[in-house]
Amino acid sequence: MQIRYSLENFSLYFYLQGELDQHYAKGVKDYIDNILEETKGYKKVVFNLADLSFMDSTGIGILLGRYKKLKKLSVSSFLEAPKVNVEKVLELSGIYEVMPKI
Amino acid sequence: MNKMLLKFSAISQNEAFARTSVAAFILPLSPTLSEINDIKTAVSEAVTNAVVHAYPNRIGDVELSCWYDVDEVHIIVKDYGVGIDNVKLALEPYFSTKKEEERSGIGFTVMSTFMDAVKVDSNVNQGVRVHMTKCLSKNKE
Repeated sequence: MQIRYSLENFSLYFYLQGELDQHYAKGVKDYIDNILEETKGYKKVVFNLADLSFMDSTGIGILLGRYKKLKKLSVSSFLEAPKVNVEKVLELSGIYEVMPKI
Repeated sequence: MNKMLLKFSAISQNEAFARTSVAAFILPLSPTLSEINDIKTAVSEAVTNAVVHAYPNRIGDVELSCWYDVDEVHIIVKDYGVGIDNVKLALEPYFSTKKEEERSGIGFTVMSTFMDAVKVDSNVNQGVRVHMTKCLSKNKE
């Protein structure tokens, strides 16, 4: 599991790569939360899942947790390019109602 | 009929091992990619439950047994931990005893949606046994 970020035109992008389950939950949360805290001037956050080959419901918990934090800061968050298997978990969870797919 | 049994420590590192092992075991049945993904995700959910909930004060064991007969795959994930006192409540979507740890509470929902049948047996301090079944499609492209 790897994660990196970039800031482009007031949008903060997180690129998730590999398999996201309980084993990487804390590392991913801490990484994202640190960047959210340290970075200034972003107006929206996009989680790019194009290279995420596996995710179970632990990932839903992580994403919803970040959504709640960002909502308090009035920053909207989005999901981008999930693979078919990850998409299936995302759809089932209902997360698209608060974190739309772009 | 073909069967296998794995026993491993209830630590998160073994989640990938568990789901990948099941995927490898059922490969002779030529499952579709979608079927493999469904099964891997369901196994991951069941093992995650054991890792996160079963053993609050020690590292216990998880037993994963899998067998298939023709196109019907059976998977049992079993732990010997604290158990669930209200299984009906635990099966409710979005219910979690660990909301403060940002757990979504949809693990069992994922299992029931991705598999054809899921049966959960548990009693307090007698562990949890999750039996999942999936019938693989016979008409492959």
